[in-house]
Amino acid sequence: MSEKRRVVITGLGVVSPVGVGTEKAWANIVKGQSGIARITKFDPSAFTSQIAGEVKDFNVENYLSAKEARRMDRFIHFGLIAGIEAFKDSGIEVTEENGERIGVSIGSGIGGLASIEATNDIYDEGGTRKISPFFIPGTIINMISGNLSIMLGLKGPNVSIVTACTTGTHSIGDAARMIEYGDADVMLAGGAEAAITELGVGGFAASRALSTRNDDPATASRPWDRDRDGFVIGEGAGVMVLEEYEHAKTRGARIYAELIGYGMSADAYHMTAPNMDGPRRSMNNALKNAGIDASKVQYVNAHGTSTPLGDANETNAIKATFGAHASKIVVNSTKSMTGHLLGGAGGLESVFTVLAIHHQISPPTINIFNQDPECDLDYCANTARDMPIEYALKNNFGFGGTNGSLVFKKI
Amino acid sequence: MSDIEQRVRKIVCEQLGANEADVKNASSFVDDLGADSLDTVELVMALEEEFDCEIPDDEAEKITTVQQAIDYVNANLK
Repeated sequence: MSEKRRVVITGLGVVSPVGVGTEKAWANIVKGQSGIARITKFDPSAFTSQIAGEVKDFNVENYLSAKEARRMDRFIHFGLIAGIEAFKDSGIEVTEENGERIGVSIGSGIGGLASIEATNDIYDEGGTRKISPFFIPGTIINMISGNLSIMLGLKGPNVSIVTACTTGTHSIGDAARMIEYGDADVMLAGGAEAAITELGVGGFAASRALSTRNDDPATASRPWDRDRDGFVIGEGAGVMVLEEYEHAKTRGARIYAELIGYGMSADAYHMTAPNMDGPRRSMNNALKNAGIDASKVQYVNAHGTSTPLGDANETNAIKATFGAHASKIVVNSTKSMTGHLLGGAGGLESVFTVLAIHHQISPPTINIFNQDPECDLDYCANTARDMPIEYALKNNFGFGGTNGSLVFKKI
Repeated sequence: MSDIEQRVRKIVCEQLGANEADVKNASSFVDDLGADSLDTVELVMALEEEFDCEIPDDEAEKITTVQQAIDYVNANLK
């Protein structure tokens, strides 16, 4: 069998609660800047959780006409713009010849919830004749991938994975497999979410997943802190350009890092509660696929949502995977600053993982005031750290007990 | 220009993202203003909203130009 085709990252795009644009978001992440504040999209007074990582200073009109924009839900806006930015960053030109070899794999966990709520209100008031012909194409999950292919002329594989909070991770991992297998030479991959709506916040609050630290939003997302009380909902998108190594080298592309491993697993345990064995197997599968010993890994960008059960569970899973080496790894949660982007999390945090390698720096996990004694790893508390990162691992875990892990390497 | 004509043209501009100067009474939504089948459905919905009326589907299908929209509203406005 011929040698495995290698996959590298040549473009990055970010729409996030800590900034729109990769450079701005990364600068804020390294600084330890929280993007969490009181919800402004609707009056949250009646909700137990009234805080979120909203995307601010976002002008969709810079990218789409008003007519196009109003026909797409906000999650599509986020994914499109992160995708366009990543594509621009890569410097790839689409031609007659290469268009069929470039694909898109961008998912979302929930899709166009705000538009679904609004259309239901319109229907209740005006009946069937008031339902827009753009309601379905403006809310369904594969329309980031679909619209990007139309806008940029990308005729390769076009898919969207839906696996709750593991969506972005799986989208990137599966896209890399398509390049390895030869279905495409370039893939735009990642995730997007815009579920800061009354039903979105109300639903997660009902499942008791959200922080209620409403009086101090900036410190509410506090992974591995003793007093963490749930995750903070965030919104936005993270997209990267994955490219076959020789293809990138031939055109003289800037290469941020290489994606060398991808692993998946299911807990087969509970709809929402975490389980240690699933994440352990996901990480092991990714390391096995990467073909490296666990002791090579220096940095883990954790799922780290700030829920009491989840953070302890991931800590135990990391220990089970890495053994004694776990205490030498820097484990970081950028969710301490962005909140939890759900289906967008794996996309955004994979971008941050790649940048951690590119800049040889671990972002901080902010808001660790009193580290939970049950969680006894090095979480890069409160201050970023310059450090050598040759191998980095990225985790995400989702409702349904679905797990995904990626291994990135310095190049 | 009559009030109705003005209001119809304004809706066409908004819905189809067209410049006012490009919208003539003889303009065809599909051939001249770049509308697709979904655009025309939405345009008819916007006309119904603006003029507080209901345009049956078989009538809506016959409205393919700005002038036809103006004529329909003139003929059917309550």
